[in-house]
Amino acid sequence: MIEQREMMKVVEKLRGDAIVLPTMTGNGAWLDVTQNQDRDVSIGGAMGKASTFALGLAMAQPDTNIIVFDGDGSLEMNLGTLATIAGKKPKNLYHFVLENGVYGTTGGQPIPSAGELSFAGIAREAGYKAAYEFDDLEEFTLQADSILNEEGPVFVCIKIVPEVQNEPIGRRKRHPKARPTKDALVALRKEIGTS
Amino acid sequence: MASQQAILNPATMIEEFKKNGVSHVVALPDSETNFLYELMDAESSLDVVPVAREGETMAVAAGLIVGGKRPVCLIQNTGMFESGDSIRGIAVDLGLPIVMIVGYRGWTRHGVTPDSAARFTEPYMDAWGLKYYLVERDEDADRISIAFEEAYENNTPIVVLIGDEYHGFNR
Ligand SMILES: Cc1ncc(C[n+]2csc(CCOP(=O)(O)OP(=O)(O)O)c2C)c(N)n1
Repeated sequence: MIEQREMMKVVEKLRGDAIVLPTMTGNGAWLDVTQNQDRDVSIGGAMGKASTFALGLAMAQPDTNIIVFDGDGSLEMNLGTLATIAGKKPKNLYHFVLENGVYGTTGGQPIPSAGELSFAGIAREAGYKAAYEFDDLEEFTLQADSILNEEGPVFVCIKIVPEVQNEPIGRRKRHPKARPTKDALVALRKEIGTS
Repeated sequence: MASQQAILNPATMIEEFKKNGVSHVVALPDSETNFLYELMDAESSLDVVPVAREGETMAVAAGLIVGGKRPVCLIQNTGMFESGDSIRGIAVDLGLPIVMIVGYRGWTRHGVTPDSAARFTEPYMDAWGLKYYLVERDEDADRISIAFEEAYENNTPIVVLIGDEYHGFNR
């Protein structure tokens, strides 16, 4: 299993001007790692839709790479997104799923068929150009550069150590760098010239 | 029953889309919009984005808007029910000008309908705080332009209901 921040550090080094869209427990992890927050937007308003939002952005900005860090429970909630994305074949879309086997944000309850279903397998059969699965950081580090230069849509399943949140929601500490999604979108639009 | 002339022509819808600079139609078809779908596919200025589930349409549209494009969502009222959390968490909460063209399945002018899809449509939009317009025939089609104007001026989603009782968009 991989510590998600360690994997994200590898991606951050390679991201170039990519726009990064994390969701769920990936949000806080990415905030610890990112060096370019104006090109990041956390998409959590409707569970499961981060990758679908990424598709729209990828189609609108075909010369910019879009990286999404999806949750495994989130992806299960919107599995159809794999067919939708595969159908449009965005060359610039890199769809990571952070497979921790649980709904980490809500206390770590197991997701359906945890550990048995293959997200990479489903993505591959749905029609993604390529689909990978890693549970070893070194292996990922070796291949990350070439994967992020492949033609998309590319799917990358990373088996991560769960970060289970058990504090009542009102008592959870906000990450000091966290921005409301609405504000992050304003910053991104300014950054890419679409405001 | 005597046959009637189609009163809402799918070509009128395409004209409205073009007039409003629509770049993408994010859609999950229904029987009412079948012919419209064919026309859109043939129209080179429109990129049709088929989705697997209606709740995806608002998310795709949001990404397109942020990226500088001008999408419209095309779904049925049943699909609008399915999309509840996307409409709430994306279109409403993020204040995005997402125009949704929604086939009003079960709609009748006199208001009596056995179809719960129709009976719940307007209460649902009221519950979500969505503004909506009804388009029944060609003469109403400029309500789509009004919807676009208001959506972009106020950064808010707006619904345009398609209530063609007899024909939908069939030939
Ligand atoms: C439609 C909907 N159902 C349930 C929830 C409650 N919920 C919030 S986060 C979450 C778990 C997300 O799990 P996952 O995508 O695996 O990410 P993780 O928290 O493990 O990083 C759930 C179930 C929600 N926000 N929306």
